[in-house]
Amino acid sequence: MILTEESVKAIKEKVKLYPQRKSAILPALTIAYRQVGHLSDEIYQEISRATRIPYVEIAEAATFYTMFPKAPRGKYLIQVCHNISCALLGADSLIGYLEEKLGIKKGETTPDNLFTLISVECLGSCATAPMMQINNDFYENLTRAKVDEILEELKAKA
Amino acid sequence: MSFYSPVITNAAEVAQSDDLHLFRYVEDPEQHNVDTYEKHGGYVAWKKVLTSMQPDEVIAEVKNSGLRGRGGAGFPTGMKWGFVPKDSPKARYLICNADESEPGTCKDRVIMERDPHAMIEGMAIGAYAIGSHLMFCYIRGEFGHCIDQVEAAMKQAYAKGHLGKNIYGSGYDLDMVVHTGGGAYICGEETALLNSLEGEKGLSRIRPPFPAVAGLYASPTIVNNVETLAAVPHIINRGADWYKTMGTEKSAGSKIFSLTGHVNRPGNYEVPLGFNLKTLIYDEKYGAGIPNGKKLKAVIPGGASTPYLKPDMIDVGLDYESLASVGSMLGSGAIIVLDEDTCIVWSIMKLIHFFRHESCGKCTPCREGTGWLEQLITRIEHGEGRPGDIEKIDDLCGNILGRTICPLGDAAVMPIQSTIKHWRDEWQYHIDHKKCPCANTHEFK
Repeated sequence: MILTEESVKAIKEKVKLYPQRKSAILPALTIAYRQVGHLSDEIYQEISRATRIPYVEIAEAATFYTMFPKAPRGKYLIQVCHNISCALLGADSLIGYLEEKLGIKKGETTPDNLFTLISVECLGSCATAPMMQINNDFYENLTRAKVDEILEELKAKA
Repeated sequence: MSFYSPVITNAAEVAQSDDLHLFRYVEDPEQHNVDTYEKHGGYVAWKKVLTSMQPDEVIAEVKNSGLRGRGGAGFPTGMKWGFVPKDSPKARYLICNADESEPGTCKDRVIMERDPHAMIEGMAIGAYAIGSHLMFCYIRGEFGHCIDQVEAAMKQAYAKGHLGKNIYGSGYDLDMVVHTGGGAYICGEETALLNSLEGEKGLSRIRPPFPAVAGLYASPTIVNNVETLAAVPHIINRGADWYKTMGTEKSAGSKIFSLTGHVNRPGNYEVPLGFNLKTLIYDEKYGAGIPNGKKLKAVIPGGASTPYLKPDMIDVGLDYESLASVGSMLGSGAIIVLDEDTCIVWSIMKLIHFFRHESCGKCTPCREGTGWLEQLITRIEHGEGRPGDIEKIDDLCGNILGRTICPLGDAAVMPIQSTIKHWRDEWQYHIDHKKCPCANTHEFK
């Protein structure tokens, strides 16, 4: 088993909320993703067993959405918004700065498995641009000094 | 500890106003708590509706108020509620669309983070109006903090008896579910949202049947935006006639505008509909002008889906009709400001990348067309455009517009068409000189 007992219990609770059990697919995938950091066929199977939703239906939904990647990522997933409002305030240069600081290209993970850097579509922080999301948290109104501080803090915590 | 976006709002101005209401308490750090919300007059409208109004009266009041959908389409809210068949034996569902992801839009997030009960109360009133006993709030998955905040508020509302069984002794039962999305812009389109909520891929559905007749689980369903629903309790408390005192004849009420890009004070500002766009950008109370004394190049007035405006077109009211009269749209109220150094083609390249990525793939014109457009536009911006490319883009746009099930295809091409109309010389320059003529100095600090 990859999913913890706690996750399975939470997934089963979600199923009860809906008139049709299939509606619990996205919430279940979210619970699994928050626990593991990525998804896999094995996890689809475990969700299928917990929810009694066919495996294929879980896989079909999971592969449509961007938030349920199968590839493992670093401990900290850095997602930089590259859409128009952030781009106008320097999102491209922010990505470049992060690439330089982390010594990796966009889409890569640092050798110590600590950071993965990707760029994503609008995250709804347009008036506090540029911004990035790291795991579940938003970091907004970014400057070079702030980025330095955030990365140092995360490294110290790891 | 709740999470607050550091975004600027005009809450202080709203608090001084007799009429503006959505942002009145958003700078109060306790507003997300049910006790504070109640102290500020919260759940009074819900109680009034449940104990003294018939569903038809609620629909009539909202219809008379002139409230229109704040998510982008601007459809009259009361009229939408009225489409739910009275005699349907099926369950009915009210869904709050909190899948905020139109580039430039960051307003619903503020309501969810700082005043979530306003949304929940509006949802409850809408649910009662259509006879629904189960309502959903579909929040985009990336908004982890909003999901936590709304779930916490929902639990408080249950604990206080605002939700659950036999609410206020009225005999009316109402339950709520917070649903999380998986990262797909298309799920903000109501029929794709319904598929997503059913555990399917987020593909849009052909209408008719409209969701009001056959929506979630093929049952009558109403989908309303967060900001739309948050206005409803105020309409119930103060009446349709009061609401109509704000705004214009056809665009009643107030609206939150997300002002972003090249302005000194990007932020969320609640103003009456019809408010002057130029004032919002330049007035010290709002955008305070363009940084470094730069001149204006263009304004996208309603989010990434709406046609661009030239500087000589921005002395215009922010309402549905006025923006239509200058060839654009109010959309979600996301105003994106581009300064003189910004390349129009570069900005369009950013937008088309987004739409290509977010196309669900169901309709061929949108799925293939957005990809071809991205290739053409990217090569032009990079100095590799060929003679005839602009005509090709124009032709492609014409073959997408109006030929897709949902409006994503239209949304992708309308901004492009507007820039070819207004800045054709700049497009042509890229091809003739094989380079971008603009400084594009978009460095972060």
